[in-house]
Amino acid sequence: MSAAPVIAVAGLTKTYGSAAAPVVAVDGIDFTVPAGGVTALLGGNGAGKTTTLAMLLGLLKPTAGSITVLGIDMLRDRHRVLPRMNFSSPYVDLPHRLTVAQNLRVFADLYAVPHPKDRIAELARDLDFTALLDRPSGALSAGQKTRVALAKALINKPELLLLDEPTASLDPDTADWVRSLLETYQREHKATIMLASHNMAEVERLCQQVLMMKQGRIVDRGAPGELVARYGRQNLEEVFLDIARGRGKAAEQATA
Amino acid sequence: MNGELLGINPYRILAMLRRHWYVLSGSWTRVVELIYWPAVQMIMWGFLTQFLAGKTSFVAQAFGVFLAGMMLWDSLFRVQLGVAISFLEEMWARNLGNLFVSPLRPSEFALSVLLMGVLRALVGMIPVSLMAWWFFGFSLYEMGFALAAFFASLMMFGWALGIAVCGLIMRHGLGAESAAWGAMFLILPVAAVYYPVAVLPNWLQVIAWSLPPAYVFEGMRALLIDGVLRTDLLLGAFALNALYLALGFAAFMGWFEASRRRGLLLGQGE
Repeated sequence: MSAAPVIAVAGLTKTYGSAAAPVVAVDGIDFTVPAGGVTALLGGNGAGKTTTLAMLLGLLKPTAGSITVLGIDMLRDRHRVLPRMNFSSPYVDLPHRLTVAQNLRVFADLYAVPHPKDRIAELARDLDFTALLDRPSGALSAGQKTRVALAKALINKPELLLLDEPTASLDPDTADWVRSLLETYQREHKATIMLASHNMAEVERLCQQVLMMKQGRIVDRGAPGELVARYGRQNLEEVFLDIARGRGKAAEQATA
Repeated sequence: MNGELLGINPYRILAMLRRHWYVLSGSWTRVVELIYWPAVQMIMWGFLTQFLAGKTSFVAQAFGVFLAGMMLWDSLFRVQLGVAISFLEEMWARNLGNLFVSPLRPSEFALSVLLMGVLRALVGMIPVSLMAWWFFGFSLYEMGFALAAFFASLMMFGWALGIAVCGLIMRHGLGAESAAWGAMFLILPVAAVYYPVAVLPNWLQVIAWSLPPAYVFEGMRALLIDGVLRTDLLLGAFALNALYLALGFAAFMGWFEASRRRGLLLGQGE
């Protein structure tokens, strides 16, 4: 018997604009995310990835559909599940005038983290920013900011971690380092991670399941290796291009 | 036991107060600014009152009316502005997304900015009230219990307008930022701060009596000029404040939900 999914989404829809001229951002998607793995949401710009993540987090109200996270109805009871999850995105920031330690202390308190000073020191050690703890967050480089944002996302040892483009704007060395950290965290805490990314190599390395989105719909899904084999391609990037440009297997599916 | 009362967790409110304490304690210019503007106003009104006291017997008899009016009005304005600025700090920092995916509830967020509004007003007004006593020999504290009641009433109205302004800015973005500084001045002409409601045209009197500050400032004049504590005015002010606070909260929650529908909580900022 398989464990209950950590995320179960059914008929999830988000439209903007008026009823007469609706703009469909997410169009009735269904998916589940199993416990203890890494799932990627892939798609071009405007495919609906960030919108989907925002709905999973309760930041955005769906127009229709249901979301169950860790067994709890997210649309009715999100405050019961939010302490068990966390999030990081380049679209949000930490207050620039506060030091790194101050920012992390505020979020440690919001998540009721026991022994916050110890937890912050532990994260600073793990993410290699102990020397930055007393520096204002606004004075950090892009790579340093990403590490601190990741520390904020890990502060409560979340069972479910949602990441929007976790390695965007990072140099290859730092990006690789962040991926290793995520792998370690996932393995040690048996956590579930869902990430939206444009980096196909990252997805192939980290993820056991991929959800391919295009124009608000999930157009294909599977393990990275399965998708590559099914499309007869060398790697996930080629699969992504097939889907984005509607060619090869993707075109056959569209006309089927 | 997580200490929650009616779904409100005081520890999360304390976490938000800590966040604002970090901002204020890390920037002495912000603290000075909280004192600077009310101090300039108080000194200007103090000298004007001194000048007028030598010209008219009315001012001579009730020397502190203008100074008290100015300081109470500024308390009201500073509470409202303090609420709005505490909210704007999160907008400027693009931090709303982080906050609202944490266990922090919108009601806890709202309560934290209300408390910050009062703290910011007190940081400014306590030194200024002591300066008024030092420079002009006028002590606001001689009003005793009435001062606490006047301040509480004005604080509630500052909260009501401040939290509604927060909702407005959340829904309409930083383009509506000027409401934080300008909203309270819309009611200044009918708040009866420096003159009685009776000098207003009849139709404006109706508007004035629909707003709590007019009751407070009429009550203040009754106390300072006639030596009478008008509890009827105080009760009227508190009753109206309860209504405005409910409306302010409803507006904030309504705009919060509208922002969630429109996806405005992720990535708003400068």
